[in-house]
Amino acid sequence: MTNEGEPIIVLDHISKSFASKPVLQDVSLTVAAGEALCILGRSGTGKSVTLKLMIALLLPDRGLIRIAGENITKLDGEQLSHVRRKIGFLFQSAALFDSVTVYDNLALPLHRLTAKSKKEIDESVDFVLNEVGLISDKNKMPVELSGGMKKRAGLARALVLEPEILLVDEPSSGLDRITASEIDDLLLEQKTKRKTTMVIVTHDARGARRIGDRFAVLDQGCLLALGRADELDYHGNAIVQKLFEES
Amino acid sequence: MIKWFQFIGEVTLFGIRAIGRSFSPPFELQTIWNQIEEAGSRSLSLVAASGFALGVVMTLHTRSTLVMFGAGAMIPRVQSLAFFVEIGPLVAGLLVAGRVGAGIGAILANMRATEQIDAIEAISIDSFNILVVPRIIACVAALPLLTVFMDFAGLLGGFCSEFAFSHLSLRLYVTRAFTDLQWSNFIPPMLKTTAFGFIIGTVSSFFGYTTNEGAAGVGRAATNSVVVSSLLIILADVILVKCIFLIFPESAI
Repeated sequence: MTNEGEPIIVLDHISKSFASKPVLQDVSLTVAAGEALCILGRSGTGKSVTLKLMIALLLPDRGLIRIAGENITKLDGEQLSHVRRKIGFLFQSAALFDSVTVYDNLALPLHRLTAKSKKEIDESVDFVLNEVGLISDKNKMPVELSGGMKKRAGLARALVLEPEILLVDEPSSGLDRITASEIDDLLLEQKTKRKTTMVIVTHDARGARRIGDRFAVLDQGCLLALGRADELDYHGNAIVQKLFEES
Repeated sequence: MIKWFQFIGEVTLFGIRAIGRSFSPPFELQTIWNQIEEAGSRSLSLVAASGFALGVVMTLHTRSTLVMFGAGAMIPRVQSLAFFVEIGPLVAGLLVAGRVGAGIGAILANMRATEQIDAIEAISIDSFNILVVPRIIACVAALPLLTVFMDFAGLLGGFCSEFAFSHLSLRLYVTRAFTDLQWSNFIPPMLKTTAFGFIIGTVSSFFGYTTNEGAAGVGRAATNSVVVSSLLIILADVILVKCIFLIFPESAI
């Protein structure tokens, strides 16, 4: 367990290309335990790639990534699995397993990765579903859920193992403003109640300002700005200004 | 041509990885059973119906010629040998490649496109172990059983067709069908379908699991799974028949 305020996520001179097209170029940033970092940027600037690098779903071409002190670019198998246990990931599309119910989506990681009994698993699933307001929908299939409900279910699955770090990819995409705000409320609650470290990729500057402690702005794979809201409000770069003011 | 060899190499490595994982824990027994149900029992009606129809048609085609040469009594034997030795294994393999292979390719490609495979990896579960290995094992296990159903459905179809012409009794038909039939005419061809099952499971899983073309890749993965599996099954059949003749010379008719 990383102490609050100590670096828990470190990206050190990260570069990543797809088919010789550079997506990230020499990006370095640090996230402290208990902190919420929001990554803003236009579409296709490498925000989601950054998030996937943090959980080793992608590997960087250059640079190193430390999660809770472990260099995940050198890990595989059991060691990587151990690090991933500390991380919850909410995908942009929620990525619910569509052949099983909401309950099974949440029970799967508990069943496979913990020694909990069936009763304890039921209790954990019910607790998390209650927190996200989906307790009455636990027996529904993902296809029966609305966009907002899918996001909540995805968030519940990301939280069910009580991760130290929560990575969130576009929590408000495809949602109306009210539903997006409800998802932001859940993330905010998570941050304040459980002190979960968060990295949130978003287009929504208003939501980012509510949740984030610090903000990173990416453009064309480069880190344009990194800092608190008051620092970015007066940033000289026009793209940073535009992205951060839009709400 | 280089791409074709590269593909063969990648699929081979994929298959070798699956074989390695099949023998190392954790064993996904429940998932394997579910996949056997999906690949096996849900293909049963298709395989049985096709076998029956082929049995009827084959008798219709061979009957007149055999009767012309005074060999009408050979019809059941010709039917049983044809089905047990070649038609049953090959057609069952091709049918399963069409039904199950397309399904595996499409499901896994859809899971890749909708980030479900990434989600499995993100929660520290080995996606290859729970998605690919059980499907390959299921295909290997289900295909010999489906082949047996295909063989007997074909014989039943042949009997029905023959009965319509000559009112031959079932008892006499079965007696004639199994006269001189050896285990080597039945067991090795049935076992070669495990290789067909491995081809179907591996190729289809490969196309579905490794796609990175989003939604467009789903249809392509399904189509490629069927086309390449079918082609490789036919090629493998040629090699395996030759191997069977070498190992069981008595089975060469």
